[in-house]
Amino acid sequence: MEKTLLVKNEEETKQIALKLAALVEPGDVILLEGNLGAGKTTFSKGLALGLGIQKTIKSPTFTIIKEYHQGRLPFYHMDVYRLEDSGADDLGLEEYFEGDGFSVVEWAHLVAKNLPQTYLEITLNVETNDVEGRKIHFKAVGTHYEQLLTVLEKQL
Amino acid sequence: MTQKKTLILAIETSCDETSAAIVADGHIILSNIVASQIKSHMRFGGVVPEIASRHHVEQITQCIEEAMSQAKVTYQDLAAVAVTEGPGLVGALLVGVNAAKAIAFAHQLPLIPVNHMAGHIYANRFEAPLEFPLMALVVSGGHTELVYMEKDGVFEIVGETRDDAAGEAYDKVGRVLGLTYPGGKQIDQMAHIGQDTFHFPRAMIKENNYDFSFSGLKSAFINTVHNAEQKQIALNKEDLAASFQASVIEVLVTKTIRACQEYQVKTLVLAGGVAANAGLRATLKEQMACQLADIKLMIPPLALCGDNAAMIGAAAYISYQKEEWAGYDLNAIPSLEIDEK
Repeated sequence: MEKTLLVKNEEETKQIALKLAALVEPGDVILLEGNLGAGKTTFSKGLALGLGIQKTIKSPTFTIIKEYHQGRLPFYHMDVYRLEDSGADDLGLEEYFEGDGFSVVEWAHLVAKNLPQTYLEITLNVETNDVEGRKIHFKAVGTHYEQLLTVLEKQL
Repeated sequence: MTQKKTLILAIETSCDETSAAIVADGHIILSNIVASQIKSHMRFGGVVPEIASRHHVEQITQCIEEAMSQAKVTYQDLAAVAVTEGPGLVGALLVGVNAAKAIAFAHQLPLIPVNHMAGHIYANRFEAPLEFPLMALVVSGGHTELVYMEKDGVFEIVGETRDDAAGEAYDKVGRVLGLTYPGGKQIDQMAHIGQDTFHFPRAMIKENNYDFSFSGLKSAFINTVHNAEQKQIALNKEDLAASFQASVIEVLVTKTIRACQEYQVKTLVLAGGVAANAGLRATLKEQMACQLADIKLMIPPLALCGDNAAMIGAAAYISYQKEEWAGYDLNAIPSLEIDEK
């Protein structure tokens, strides 16, 4: 199940993330894709805020995983940008995915074989000739995520 | 020997580097072994592949043995074992924490947990004693923070990045320019050839706080390069590097100087991997000399800017004097902040 949205600016992107955050459950996994500067971390900031996390969400590129325990659910913010050549075989990502928190993985395709079989994938694309606007593409894999996307769609 | 020195075995495995060191009295390095993996990164021409815990496991024992033999010490000579407990990657941290626990238990030595960021600041202790109150600008691949210290072992974050760390922005921009990993050093070199012709934004420079933001600069840089590519215009890479570096340094230096004035410190300390950046070192020296000549500026030697265990040993010595030991239930804390506890 897929869906595409056009947003005008960063604020609109954040609003979508806030609404999505209200719907996620323990063990949910969202894969975030998009080029450098497309707004993946901005989207993650919106998700964290929606979970009630007041702390500043900083890029997890260097440490790969940042954990936040101040919100409605534990929030595992991952960025596998640096794992392009090595994969994530012994990082234990599955322990996060199968845990009681909510995981977001930026650049997920770089560790494709270490990802769960069902997920919601969100791709942010910069529109040509529009620095502010983004095309947001949702792809839900698995019944649970199809339901999640259906509910989200009704709220947008 | 007039007085017996306090020898600490220090271990650091928070991210990419496996390292072990022997430090005497918190300021003399007897050995500092870093199993640097940069060479293997360059072979791939890509981005860091070696943060895997497996590599730390393979190297930790050798690093410790090498540190001990180079320092010509035995476990009986040691006063304590120190280890980075966070922040960092959990799997990587655990390798160091468990190695340190095993040694502490086997040889009945006190176990000292150290914050990685405190370690970066204390890398300066090998140059001279720290004079307080001090301000530390900690800049690395994972962090950009202004830390105020009223005295030894007490930290307060007064400003930090709200998105990307400065070092991370360097590496990502380097990738856009097609540079091999890590891009930071090459951008620094290219910047010295080029000119600031692109005038990228200086994010948050005028705001009345000590926070930073480098994500917008990264986007502005990428947009500039992509737009030129679409129009098939060739941009001068040295000028791009110089413009990027000028923005990063101006923001870092301006806000740091303002923080030093506001907090009326005696010392400004530069710390972290980006402290190796020649442009940053030079600008900070120049601006401090001209604006705040009474404040002492400390810059760590190049060899101690990156992650290493000696700096962990230096920070641990403060805890050693206060007898702040950890129990065998010590755990890795991936998101540890410098002002926690």
